[in-house]
Amino acid sequence: MDPRMGYGALGYDLAHLLGTATLVLSFVLLYQKRIDAVVNTYAAQAWVLAAAAFWQGWVQDSPHLYVTGLIALLAKGVAIPLALHNIVRRLRIGRSIESALGVFPSMALGMGMVALAILVVLPITLGAQVLTREDLAIALSVVLLGLLMMITRRTALTQVIAFMSMENGLILAAVGVAGMPLVVELSVAVLVLVAAIVFGEFFFRIRSQFDSLDISHLDRVGEAHR
Amino acid sequence: MNPLQSIAGAVIVLPLLASALLFTVRRTEVSAWINIAVSAVVLGLACLLPWHLHVSTYLLVDRLSVHVVLLTAFIGLCSAWVSRDYIAVERDAERLDRRRAQQYFALFQALLGFVLFAVLSNNLGVTWVAMEAATIAGVLVVGLPRTEAAVEASWKYFMICGVGIALALFGTIVLYLAAQTVLGAGLPAMSWSELPAVAAKLHAPLLNLAFVFLVIGYGTKAGLAPLHAWMPDAHAEGPTPVSAVLASSILNVALTILLRLRDVVGRNAGAISPGSVLMLFGLLSLLMAGFSLWRRRDVKRFFSFSTIEQNGIVAFAFGLGGPVGTFAGLLHMTVHTLCKAAVFQCVGRATQLKGSQKFADMSGLIAGSRMLGLTLAAAIVAVAGMPPFGLFTSEFMMLAETAKRLPYALIPLGIGLLVGVWALLWRLITLCMGEPTPNPGPMPHWSALVPAWAQLAIAAVLGLAMPGAVYAWFAAIAAGVVS
Repeated sequence: MDPRMGYGALGYDLAHLLGTATLVLSFVLLYQKRIDAVVNTYAAQAWVLAAAAFWQGWVQDSPHLYVTGLIALLAKGVAIPLALHNIVRRLRIGRSIESALGVFPSMALGMGMVALAILVVLPITLGAQVLTREDLAIALSVVLLGLLMMITRRTALTQVIAFMSMENGLILAAVGVAGMPLVVELSVAVLVLVAAIVFGEFFFRIRSQFDSLDISHLDRVGEAHR
Repeated sequence: MNPLQSIAGAVIVLPLLASALLFTVRRTEVSAWINIAVSAVVLGLACLLPWHLHVSTYLLVDRLSVHVVLLTAFIGLCSAWVSRDYIAVERDAERLDRRRAQQYFALFQALLGFVLFAVLSNNLGVTWVAMEAATIAGVLVVGLPRTEAAVEASWKYFMICGVGIALALFGTIVLYLAAQTVLGAGLPAMSWSELPAVAAKLHAPLLNLAFVFLVIGYGTKAGLAPLHAWMPDAHAEGPTPVSAVLASSILNVALTILLRLRDVVGRNAGAISPGSVLMLFGLLSLLMAGFSLWRRRDVKRFFSFSTIEQNGIVAFAFGLGGPVGTFAGLLHMTVHTLCKAAVFQCVGRATQLKGSQKFADMSGLIAGSRMLGLTLAAAIVAVAGMPPFGLFTSEFMMLAETAKRLPYALIPLGIGLLVGVWALLWRLITLCMGEPTPNPGPMPHWSALVPAWAQLAIAAVLGLAMPGAVYAWFAAIAAGVVS
């Protein structure tokens, strides 16, 4: 095994720290109530993710991960949060409080998700590098927490943020696997870019259709058309 | 790049270039003809591919992918032809303005191009990107009518498929993690053509984890129950010719990917049995959709549930596996695509004729417009799996194979099939016969029905008298993906 990748080595410890920080921010997203704060937390998660990508690029000596980190930093850490803040400001919903689950139930469910991820990933990746396995477990936890957040949140905006935080988990998984070809990073970049456009379009439409970003009243349409 | 590769490359690039061009063409009539011309050229090029099979780092032109490309390109051309009339009527009725009609044609070609890219790509990552792009094109085109229901449908489509495809990416990463231990880091470890050969040597638990995520991801795209919730809305609210393309393209590609994954995982003795998973999803879709058909009051929703049902049958046949099961699944997928496209093309014109898509407003089609009514009736009979059409053949093969290998599965399978067929025939009677309702919309010209006739004719030939060469082609594809 690579000596830089064991317990106590700096490469391992720092990668672990950054991965875990991403996970912690997922927990923060889960219970954050004000929409402004949700956007800021998402931006912070993107920065940590970028740092994780840079660190992995350094440790694995694969420069293409710097590109991934740069994309995470510029697109997800700066551009998208700015755009979201802009939408929030224009719709004047920044200080509105959204009914998420309470702190305790969301934390409990989140812990359950992390336990699930660890139970699924750790036993079956015994052959892989220590870092890869633990990174994969953390990444899967971030993905599952994103899913959980999509379920517990009510408005379109927070669901979109949940979706993007889930994608952060996917990138974390991709950068943690040594030697993964550039394809995935590129693909995710394309996805984020296009998704931002799509989402922008959607917000515009939902706004013009309903004068609100609350998607709960979208449900009745389906009922009427069965 | 050698000329052989460039044909497959052209099949992918041409629709994408056309899409970019169509975003700039302002006249609807011109866009419609460009759309048809490009689809025709793509089909023409695709017809050359069976003689140019090859595998390269980026493209996989094997029999299975060529088959799906041919099918998609053919349905693409037929739907492009129908779109011209359909969009003209929508424009006249002022349900679409010029800008949206322009976007419609551009997105149509983008959807087609990305779907073809996903099929022909030899890299799991690239396939994933292409599927994602095709989904986004699909989402945008479904939302085009800008009605409240269409916005909801595209939102739902995007969220459900977005989550699905995200999980598929996780599966792709895990599969790479498993493959790189044998194939080494780099592109070969993500290659569709390399994976089956080394599958037996991969770490089985990792393969299992990857398979679970990939099945959930691409199963969402294939509209398999319980991951199907986006499909009825997307089909019901989007422009109808696109329903035909959606039914054929994205779903078929997703099913093809599941078939390839089944082959990979099936070669590993320590991994879970991929066939059982697919059969379970298939039976669930068949039963859920079969019973749901009875409660539908909206004609497009009805036929999208029927698509879920048929995809369930295909997934079951792929899960059953073996040369016969795979053959039956492929034949079913092919013929169902042809028949369902014909159904949606007729239904599109019928809803314009009746000014509604509710069954209550749409009875007596044969009395109102003889040719449209009869064509739709024939298409519904074909989808119901009645002779002389090919679905009868494929279902018969599948049932015979099931009886031989898994007799107990015949019970749910038979119930699902019967319930579905019964619902289809009941709706055939109310739609096509019965008291005619008023026809506020324009009558379709016979030329708009030509694609439906062509598709049904092929479906009948495949059912009654499959030429020897076609039989050999299907058998060869099936042999290529049987582990």
